[in-house]
Amino acid sequence: MTPVLEARDITRDYHVPGSLFKKSRTVHAVKGVSFSVGEGKTLAIVGESGCGKSTLARIVTMIDPATSGDLLIDGRRIDIATEPLTADMRSKVQIVFQNPYGSLNPRRKIGEILTEPLIINAKMRADEREARAMAMLKKVGLEEKHYGRYPHMFSGGQRQRVAIARALMLNPRLLVLDEPVSALDLSVQAQVLNLLADLQSEFQLTYVFISHDLSVVRHIADDVMVMYFGEAVEYGSRDAVFNDPQHSYTRTLFAATPRVDIEAIRARLARKSAAASGASAPAAL
Amino acid sequence: MSLLQIENLVVEFQTASGPFRAVDGVSLKVDPGEVLAIVGESGSGKSVAMLAAMGLLPWTAKVTADRLEFDGRDMLAMSDRDRRRVVGKEIAMIFQEPIASLNPCFTVGFQIEEVLRIHTGLDRRARRIRALELFEQVGIPAAEERLGHYPHQMSGGQCQRVMIACALACNPKLLIADEPTTALDVTIQKQILDLLVELQAEHGMGLIMITHDMGVVAETADRVIVQYKGRKIEEADVLTLFENPKNAYTRALLSALPENAVGGRLPTISELLSDEQIFAGAPR
Amino acid sequence: MSTVTTQTGHPSALAEFWYYFSRNKGAVIGLAVFLLVLFVAVFAPLVAPHGPTEQLRDKLLLPPAWMEGGEASYLLGTDAVGRDILSRLIYGSRFSLFIGLVVVTLSVISGVLIGLVAGYFRGRVDTFIMRIMDIILAFPSLLLALVLVAVLGPGLLNAMIAISLVNQPHFVRLTRAAVMAEKSKDYVVGSRVAGAGTFRLMFLTILPNCLAPLIVQATLAFSAAILDAAALGFLGMGAQPPTPEWGTMLAEAREFIQRAWWVVTFPGLAILVTVLAINLMGDGLRDALDPKLKRS
Repeated sequence: MTPVLEARDITRDYHVPGSLFKKSRTVHAVKGVSFSVGEGKTLAIVGESGCGKSTLARIVTMIDPATSGDLLIDGRRIDIATEPLTADMRSKVQIVFQNPYGSLNPRRKIGEILTEPLIINAKMRADEREARAMAMLKKVGLEEKHYGRYPHMFSGGQRQRVAIARALMLNPRLLVLDEPVSALDLSVQAQVLNLLADLQSEFQLTYVFISHDLSVVRHIADDVMVMYFGEAVEYGSRDAVFNDPQHSYTRTLFAATPRVDIEAIRARLARKSAAASGASAPAAL
Repeated sequence: MSLLQIENLVVEFQTASGPFRAVDGVSLKVDPGEVLAIVGESGSGKSVAMLAAMGLLPWTAKVTADRLEFDGRDMLAMSDRDRRRVVGKEIAMIFQEPIASLNPCFTVGFQIEEVLRIHTGLDRRARRIRALELFEQVGIPAAEERLGHYPHQMSGGQCQRVMIACALACNPKLLIADEPTTALDVTIQKQILDLLVELQAEHGMGLIMITHDMGVVAETADRVIVQYKGRKIEEADVLTLFENPKNAYTRALLSALPENAVGGRLPTISELLSDEQIFAGAPR
Repeated sequence: MSTVTTQTGHPSALAEFWYYFSRNKGAVIGLAVFLLVLFVAVFAPLVAPHGPTEQLRDKLLLPPAWMEGGEASYLLGTDAVGRDILSRLIYGSRFSLFIGLVVVTLSVISGVLIGLVAGYFRGRVDTFIMRIMDIILAFPSLLLALVLVAVLGPGLLNAMIAISLVNQPHFVRLTRAAVMAEKSKDYVVGSRVAGAGTFRLMFLTILPNCLAPLIVQATLAFSAAILDAAALGFLGMGAQPPTPEWGTMLAEAREFIQRAWWVVTFPGLAILVTVLAINLMGDGLRDALDPKLKRS
């Protein structure tokens, strides 16, 4: 079976033009990354700021072209630098952004936001479009009465639901989720993660899930890729990566993630009281 | 004696749709050498409560409290001038956005020396030496050279270290950290949290950690206050809170952590709870 | 699955606008004065006691009513050829508002279009457009308007075209800056991913989100236009006598400054009050529309 998304040796260079005092230079944002995701699966791309994960997201979403390498969607090679995208290809990959406050047009009603992709890409009657939007609204856990409201009337979690609904309007095969829950509160984060899981099983969606939060990744991912300065330093199934990390950076990342289990807290408090008594003991002598 | 003691703090804002009560009767106290975490989601009034206590809110806010004492002194009766002297010197704050908290027009060395100039009687030379000392304390390598750098030349983590150095400049008795690591990467977050806890123990400061992140709470706190919609709903020491949370909201919050997920789904708060259920068990 | 309930009692956009606008007392006063001027302009034939060009040969330079020798039916006195000053001012408000409206419309439409193109496409197009705007801005605006009128020939219409051209670079710059800021936002990228074309992105996605600063600038340009038109009129390059335009009235009265102060004072005051009112109103608009200044 052909994977929904396959990337072979993707690179992306940025040319930083020189000025009077600086020489022009080239920044390698992504340095030869390869991966593939099968239908209905989730690939998580993990890394810290500046590791190239968002650049990669823009390449996969066909917003920016790759400098070199092959991007295959449903087995078809895509190169937006040389040929314009067809509406069909466009609608196969959609994106959900991190910040739910910037990703919805503040001057448009929810209904207009949802029907816009259909107006552009599909020949459909207005009432048909509206019915589709209403159905999608309910699917993501919102109500029909929200159709005529503006984005500023919604909470962050509800906006993220609208953003997800909008991305699904064109029935995409692949959804790129660029830190979709990191701007949300814990309780809302849980709701959105549940929603994403439900939608994935209902529509057989494939996810590329970009995140810096390892606990979320562990919860949602099938495969994990860890990026560090533009390189994929670790790539494998979730269990393999979490149970037996190979690269030292992956191990650093795991060690830095705060632990919320009771043993960890107990150990910390014990260390603390030991340090306190150690510090006061010489004084007592 | 408590370092900071607040009783029945109420903060109201005037807005277009009428008065809005952001903090509703919160009481808390911090002892010297203690790490108190105030945890809550957005809109729980956790930052506003602290800003109000420091007198740092804009004019649209109305702040009342039955008691607001710092180190035995009544902050409510204090003149603005006196309060400003206390805040900054004896109480220091660090914020979420380290790069935005520093003035982009001046070198970080100038800014830290400025803090020293306002709050201490040190001369120029002594200030320089103290600034270097502080930079080394917060783990900034090549401190001498770094003093001459501008905020935009430094990373977020480095800027947060500078902010901590500025906060420590006058040996404060209480440090308030408002989401100090939210804007930072995980590995940097670890470093900053370790640094804060280490400095707190070393100086015997009180530390208030305002956060939405249960992980940060677990890694740093001695005692925890959980806030929801402007009210305090639970207060416990950290182990008790994680082991045996009393309030239904706290329980829901902990079970919503992806680490604690059972199977494919996460329990969510609004599915389980109404406001009445949450407030029923809340201490006043 | 249940949803989080939205905050109850959201005020409507208009109520919110009025809340912030009415906090600024000056703006409310400005609005009241502006509405009064507008009313007077619209109903000039009903409000004015006399015709604007009606001359009374036996009542030249009659002083205002409250002074010795004044007459109650000529409240603000008459000018050198015996025309009622109040009536002329009332009819003159029509010209001032008309000039403001036409100039703002012309400069907003052209300025926004050019700014949108510059901000959206960037690169060479942007550089080319912005250098031309810089050149226009480098001239003292009144001087440039004078030169243009001198080329086109004096008259109200030409004056309006000239003033529009002088005003328009402000709109270009403002639009360009707003477009550049909006263009990188996620919702624009989202629209692109959904397949929106250039035209759609420019006019339907980006432009509506750039309007708030433009509305504020438009009110300020409105008052500037009235002022510029009056200045051109005063220099004899704008509306031609006997049109009761305020600047032209001032110019005609120049030689009577010593003998009959009212002939110059009242047109001057009319310009001052109207321009001040509109500027105050613009300030209030900025308070209400610019989210950066909103305190909540």
